[in-house]
Amino acid sequence: MIDLRLRKVLESDNTKMVLDLNLQFKKGQFITLYGESGSGKTSTLRLISGLMKPDSGHLSIGQQCWFDEDKKINLAPSKRKIGFVFQDYALFPNMTVKENLFFALSDKTDQGTIEELVQMMDLGDLQNRKPESLSGGQKQRVALARALVGKPEILLLDEPLSALDYKMRYKLQKYILKIHQRYKLTTILVSHDIGEIIKLSDLVFELENGKIARQGSPAELFGLGSTSAKFQFTGEIIQIESEDVLVIVTLLVGNDLVKVVCDKEEAKQFYLGDKVLVGSKAFNPIIKKI
Amino acid sequence: MNWIPIILTLKLSLITTLILFVLALPLAYWLSVTSSKIKAIVETLVSMPLVLPPTVLGFYLLLAFSPQNTFGAWLDQWLGLKFVFTFHGLVLASCLYSLPFMVHPLQSGLSSLPSSITEAAIMHGKSKFTILRKVLLPNIKPSVLTALVLTFAHTMGEFGVVLMIGGNISGKTKVASIAVYDEVEALNYGMANQYSLILIGLSFLTLLMVYLFNGGFFKQYLK
Repeated sequence: MIDLRLRKVLESDNTKMVLDLNLQFKKGQFITLYGESGSGKTSTLRLISGLMKPDSGHLSIGQQCWFDEDKKINLAPSKRKIGFVFQDYALFPNMTVKENLFFALSDKTDQGTIEELVQMMDLGDLQNRKPESLSGGQKQRVALARALVGKPEILLLDEPLSALDYKMRYKLQKYILKIHQRYKLTTILVSHDIGEIIKLSDLVFELENGKIARQGSPAELFGLGSTSAKFQFTGEIIQIESEDVLVIVTLLVGNDLVKVVCDKEEAKQFYLGDKVLVGSKAFNPIIKKI
Repeated sequence: MNWIPIILTLKLSLITTLILFVLALPLAYWLSVTSSKIKAIVETLVSMPLVLPPTVLGFYLLLAFSPQNTFGAWLDQWLGLKFVFTFHGLVLASCLYSLPFMVHPLQSGLSSLPSSITEAAIMHGKSKFTILRKVLLPNIKPSVLTALVLTFAHTMGEFGVVLMIGGNISGKTKVASIAVYDEVEALNYGMANQYSLILIGLSFLTLLMVYLFNGGFFKQYLK
């Protein structure tokens, strides 16, 4: 069980926000922190990792206490068995891919770990390249591999896929799931891509202004299961056109554009950029091999 | 031609550069990460030699280290250190005088690196010293070179502060810039000319090195 009750006053450029967190979840779960920019998601990861010191509260992982204001316990970041993947990847520019991994290794005789990760993340051909010559997706894979070198129990991912295109995201989501299961990690992901969250996570915490506004499974939070649809996808509204009595809404679902017809009254609730659920229940969809 | 002033100048510049690099690096690192309230004051003090007449700095150093003074006498008696009219004094004065030329490039280089790479190294349990040596410094090579060369070149060009605290003792404190002044006073224009030309040449070469290196000129040979 992971028990996190932390408080921290965040001040930046005249704005002040109180981060007041109360989260409990099980080891081995895939957790997502969801919420608008500036709601405190990244700061939460920094508090867990020890890079930022809470003002008060308590943080324990199973029997182990990492932070306790009353008992004056504050474990150093490197003692916390955490792998942290930063939003900008934070690869060391002066080192090759292999050197980046090797630098993270504390027991330099343990070459096996690095070899396993290189294989797992398909980094074989990239080993001797410097980060500047890698694509975004490749950098991300290196960052993931490097975060795992220290054999962490908890993996913190700070919007790791936000800078990548759809195809790359899809591929990396598979890598993330693979390592989450393979190493029995407790993974905490910061994301605001609903599709990604539904696909990856067991439990979602929605942050609003530094507090937990809602929590639950992705299905509960994003309304899946509240309709009796036969099949359904999440998408984003990218166009709303009026045609006589009907409105045609164009959605982006994954990589595909989908047009959905709805009536004018119904369309009033939609705005460009809204995340929506599109489903069908009136007929049976046909699937065919292509 | 007496080469001793030239050699003395190069020796002073080299020693000053080495000492300053070791001392200024922690200072520059601290300035690049701190949000302390006294940061502005420290930055101001570091930059003071840029605007202060060298004679002012030299004058106070002379007063502080004079054997007639309590502090100067104490240094002499207990540590056997004499800073007035000695080479040691020149090194000390040069270190103070060239401090901004070492600190500024290092500080701006370190500030340009994202804090996440330091944090990534912290997550892997690396000490501050290791992070500085293995991660930060290798990524700011142009800034390090600029700092080293500017400090070296600037120390070569010192005059006022050296004259105040070092005087004009041949073989001990008479560096090239003072030798020029000395020769001109003695109406020995030929010698003054020789020293001056050598100083111009040396300054040109050291600065050219920085611009060629930072402009990527050596990259084609180093690959």
